[in-house]
This record gives sequence, C-alpha cells and structure tokens, in this order.
Amino acid sequence: MSQKINIVCVSGTREKLQMAAMIASVAAAIGDEVSVFLSMNALPYFVKGRTIDAPAEGELGVLMAQKGVPPFKQLFQQAAELGDAKLLPCSMALDLMKISKDELDPEIGPPTGLTRFLSDAEGGQLLTF
Amino acid sequence: MSESKIIDARDTFCPGPLMELITHMKQANVGDTLELLSTDEGSGADVPEWVHKVGHEIVSNEKVEGVWHIKIRKAK
Repeated sequence: MSQKINIVCVSGTREKLQMAAMIASVAAAIGDEVSVFLSMNALPYFVKGRTIDAPAEGELGVLMAQKGVPPFKQLFQQAAELGDAKLLPCSMALDLMKISKDELDPEIGPPTGLTRFLSDAEGGQLLTF
Repeated sequence: MSESKIIDARDTFCPGPLMELITHMKQANVGDTLELLSTDEGSGADVPEWVHKVGHEIVSNEKVEGVWHIKIRKAK
C-alpha cells in the first residue's frame, strides 16, 4: 500500500538535508506519494548556480563528505524524476530572499504556502528536518 | 530478446545502489535481467525489499568476497 509522506526541510545542515533526501528518494522509489516543503535555511541550496556545501553538524556529517555518498541534491532530484516526488519551495522564504521560482533549480515545483501544503498533507505522515 | 546487464554500484553508500538500480530499471525492457553489484551492507536486504514491493523478481542474491551480487528480472 502506498502512503503519503510529507517532509518539511528547515535546517541547512548536511545531516538533516541528507536524511530528508534519503527518505524522499527511497519513499518515492517504492511508490509513495512524496511532497517536500523547502523552507528556512534549506531553501538557499536550491537556488540555481549556488554550489555552497552544507556544513556538517557533527561526526557523521564529516564522514558523509567522502566519495560514494550520494549528494542530497542528487537524491532529491532522483526522488522527483524517478518517483514523482514534489519539491515545493516555501513562498514566504522566496519572498524573504527576494527571488522568484525561475531562480530555483528546474526540479523545484511551484511556490507553495503553508495553508496549501498542510491541506495537501492531510491524512499523511509529516516528517520535519 | 531480453538482455542482461551489470550495474556496478560498488563503493557507494545507501541509497546510492538502489537509486542506480532504479535508474537502469526504468530504461530496461520487461524480461531483462539486471545484476547489481554493491558493497553497501544494507543492500542485501533492502534491494530485495524494493524489488518485491514494486513487483519485479529476484533471480539470485549472494555475497561474494564482500560484494553483494543481486540479480533482478524486470517483470512489468
């Protein structure tokens, strides 16, 4: 049975973005309906042309910088491409950053407000990172 | 004519091997066999879990000298 998984990304640290991306990609791969809401410090990583590395919070984040760990952006992209996951930028965060949807990576979906996100999330699981 | 293909995902960490398999699975034809090579310890249990969940078929699954060899037939 497929389920509905809603992920809220708030933190800009490597571990949290990685865990969120892992869950999004694996859930999307098994056919779950996945929506990822990108807000606060998680959103700037999805601005086109930005290549800043997410800082590690601790030991595992440092270990994750090694070769062979799929980067979180690649996992989010695969979640969208292979499993139809929706990657939704928070409209408030876009306003604060004074940028439009066109300045975000192409796999990012339409700007979404909380009301819409919460109403779509109804009945599913909600995970926050 | 069904094909057989090896996907070498050694030295990538979870969920890298699964994602590589899925990418190739999308491009494969029904009846094709894909053999995934993975050094990620969780792959031996996790990949078959995905295969069963989405309805493909495990042909064989064994660990040889630290490398998982998982053969999957695309069933749909």
